[in-house]
Amino acid sequence: MENGYLIKTENLVKTYPMGYGSLVALNRVNLAFQKGEFAGLVGPSGSGKTTLLNIIGSLDVPTEGSTMVLGEKIESLSHKKAAHLRNQHIGFIFQTFNLLPVYTVFENVEFPLLLLGMPAEERKNTVMKALEWVHLADRAKSKPAQLSGGESQRVAIARAIVKEPEIMLADEPTANLDAENSHNILQIMERLNKELSTTFIFATHDEKVMHYLRRKITLVDGAVAKDEILKPQQGGGEN
Amino acid sequence: MVIPRLALRNVLGAGLRTWLKVVVLSFVFVVIIWAQGFINGLNEQAEQAQVAAEYGGGQYWHEKYDPYDPFTLQDAHGRIAEPLQQFIDDNQATPILIVQGSIYPKGRLRPILIKGIDPSQRIISLPSHVLHLEEEDLPVLIGSRMAKSTGLQVGDFVTVQWRDVRGTFDALDAQVVYIMSTTVQSIDNNQIWVPLKKLQMMTSMEDEATLAVIDKNMENPQNISGWTFKNLDFLLSDIRQLAKVKTFGSMIIYVILLFLSMLAIFDTQILSIFRRRKEMGTLMALGLTRGKLILLFTLEGVLQGILAAIMAAIYGVPLLLYSAAKGWTMPQITDSMGLAIGETLFPVFTAELIIGTFALVLIITTIVSYIPTRKISNLKPTDALRGSLS
Repeated sequence: MENGYLIKTENLVKTYPMGYGSLVALNRVNLAFQKGEFAGLVGPSGSGKTTLLNIIGSLDVPTEGSTMVLGEKIESLSHKKAAHLRNQHIGFIFQTFNLLPVYTVFENVEFPLLLLGMPAEERKNTVMKALEWVHLADRAKSKPAQLSGGESQRVAIARAIVKEPEIMLADEPTANLDAENSHNILQIMERLNKELSTTFIFATHDEKVMHYLRRKITLVDGAVAKDEILKPQQGGGEN
Repeated sequence: MVIPRLALRNVLGAGLRTWLKVVVLSFVFVVIIWAQGFINGLNEQAEQAQVAAEYGGGQYWHEKYDPYDPFTLQDAHGRIAEPLQQFIDDNQATPILIVQGSIYPKGRLRPILIKGIDPSQRIISLPSHVLHLEEEDLPVLIGSRMAKSTGLQVGDFVTVQWRDVRGTFDALDAQVVYIMSTTVQSIDNNQIWVPLKKLQMMTSMEDEATLAVIDKNMENPQNISGWTFKNLDFLLSDIRQLAKVKTFGSMIIYVILLFLSMLAIFDTQILSIFRRRKEMGTLMALGLTRGKLILLFTLEGVLQGILAAIMAAIYGVPLLLYSAAKGWTMPQITDSMGLAIGETLFPVFTAELIIGTFALVLIITTIVSYIPTRKISNLKPTDALRGSLS
């Protein structure tokens, strides 16, 4: 890892072809994140929050500039290496939960561990531990269709946290939830951050989320407009 | 082993979507096998009937006999050679004399072949024993097609005209003593069967024959001077050629059915990809490599093929066994198809047919599952997560 940073972007540019020209989604973004941060990318729609999150998560590559994640240069990774990075070190939480509909809650949470090749007994214990974290141990056999929005998002968190990744990327995790469920989810994530020192990066424009953030990065038209430390970071890390 | 487990979990978890596909595919399996078994049965039955009623274990032909050249028939007869007579005496062969002639049913001329056969023969399944009813008139055995085309019935008299060995015309009133129902048209159409001795006497061809049919259990027939042995491969070559033509026709049905099943799987796989593109994006985000994603979706298609094979076996095997045992009643129209087809046709399901069909459908299922899934290799995870295809 470069200078103790878990994630570091340098002059990050992402453009999308549009008609005869191109749309600039990210414009010279320079950011760094340390272990245990609880940070949020905020800004209006189209400001580049999700794009930045996707590049950090190795789901996309920048047009220019570079992104180092856990010592790996994202733009140089092969598809296979990027998949391994996501599988082993990065957890995703999506706005629409993205649970696999034919699997039970247990199977959804178990999925990343299957890819990691964890033995069955250890896998079972780990999944149940993750479900207990999100208070859903009693819904292990339910199918996603039988869950409420809040429960579905908690399953998604359990699935993301079950492999204890260094980085958790959450794209509008509370957008489809009511206030009570949003707070529940955020409290769980805050607890995970404190107890496991997992680095959380949110893309959000939800005021409720901002209340929990310890660092707020405001993006406007793809560029960093403001980078504020709101509370001391987990483990005292600052940039 | 993770991917096969996930594929099985996906296939079983998809519920009705999977079972609908499996039911359709299993139906294709059973229909393909049944249709091919039907054609196999048709061909086999045609051969068996021809062998039983006409060819026996093969035929010795007089050296001048050529069934495709009626002009040679006048000279295609000769005294039965000593070794051949020995076979006949040992009940291992039966001679047949064939001469050209005419009958006049209801006053109309009808050119025919008059075939003389020993009424006591047991070599072929022709009901020649009815010709024992020899009286003053000439007893005649005809087939049902001949009876229908001439309007003759049992007990009817019909004038038969022929030329003897010296070319002299003669005629006699013959009585129809029996109308046989046979599937073999070549012992039925445009011919009458009469007692051999009577025909030899009528034509002054005593102890002569045109051909001799040998018993089907007779091994290694020897060469006999003046007589050419024709084995079953030769005698059945026409019918096998005909069967080949019909098999080609059935192959078209086979290919169409396979194509339809392939289309169904291909279509559902493409629909699956469109429906499940967000799921694919999630799988990629969770760390599944593209190769494994392709493998997963291809395996899902293969598993559906295997499930279809199992389902086809569950209801198809009893159905096919029942069909093979009870046979299939053929409509009247099939009588004119050119093959010897019985009233009931028994489909023949060989191991090659069943295993071959299963293997072929599974291979096709794999290919048509793989082709649309390959599209995933061009899918960007971010596009997939958004629910769009790049």
